[in-house]
Amino acid sequence: MKADMNPSDSFIIAGVTLGSRLFLGTAGYPNQRILVDAVEASGAEVVTMSIRRISLDRRGSDTVNLLKGRRFLPNTAGCETARDAVLTAELAREALDTNWIKVEVIGDRETLYPDVTELLDATRQLVDAGFVVLPYCNDDPIVCQRLADLGAAAVMPMGSLIGSGMGVANPANLERICRRSSVPVIVDAGIGTASDATIAMELGASAVLLNTAVAKSNDPVLMAGSMRHAVVAGRLAFRAGRIPRRGRAEPSSPQLGLVGS
Amino acid sequence: MKLLVNGKPRESASANLVELWQEETRELSLDSPKGYAVALNGALVRKDRWAETTLMEGDRVEIVRAMQGG
Repeated sequence: MKADMNPSDSFIIAGVTLGSRLFLGTAGYPNQRILVDAVEASGAEVVTMSIRRISLDRRGSDTVNLLKGRRFLPNTAGCETARDAVLTAELAREALDTNWIKVEVIGDRETLYPDVTELLDATRQLVDAGFVVLPYCNDDPIVCQRLADLGAAAVMPMGSLIGSGMGVANPANLERICRRSSVPVIVDAGIGTASDATIAMELGASAVLLNTAVAKSNDPVLMAGSMRHAVVAGRLAFRAGRIPRRGRAEPSSPQLGLVGS
Repeated sequence: MKLLVNGKPRESASANLVELWQEETRELSLDSPKGYAVALNGALVRKDRWAETTLMEGDRVEIVRAMQGG
């Protein structure tokens, strides 16, 4: 999108204007206090949640209450079939009173790579059932296009493998996806540190979703603040437009009026 | 009556989902089912339908909650 078509640079998903281009995962923090402080420091409005069977031996933390006031984006993490993902989405809508769903259907537990066939099927069913569908997908322009055609509210291509911290593995693909996409592109997974988030945004992503990079850093609250700035910096750089890369030096100071000789 | 609750066999006297919910979550001392949801035999049952949803021998019940996730 050209900057002058949208001077306020608002970020809209399914008609909802979001003030932050950072979506934050809530899993794996050292404790609840750090989770709450990290969410606050990140500025994220949207936080992700999972849906799991209750366990009777331990109560577990009441994350829903801890983070009330944020917009919940429940996920279908761990599902391996469209059927399980659809049921998990239905349960999530009931539990959290939101029709937003991050659809994740994985092909195997080693790579956590999306199973495209099942993902497309789940997306189609959930769009039909009235969900705002945000599918976690491959960094493949055609898959992203198919998902958008099915009615996904955004597409969420992977930067690299979930939890790997490898950053944006295929910047050329991601840039192409962002340039062609008819819906917002949210880079999900693989972000390791602030510069990775900035790179994703510089390539034209509308937003970044990350979890492990913050939760497992030495200081999650500090890293959350860093990610907040990284996403803003990347977005501004994208809108400003970077200079072309050159193979040789180009002086920036005037070449006339040099002192001496 | 034998049920399968969250994948585990369970002997239960609960006639419907409200009773099963109370039985299964007694030790969690919850104020409300906010953040929770229930499926019966692979389909969601909304909270306002729990009372009228009677249980039968061999039913598969899933009781889930929203929790931390990525």
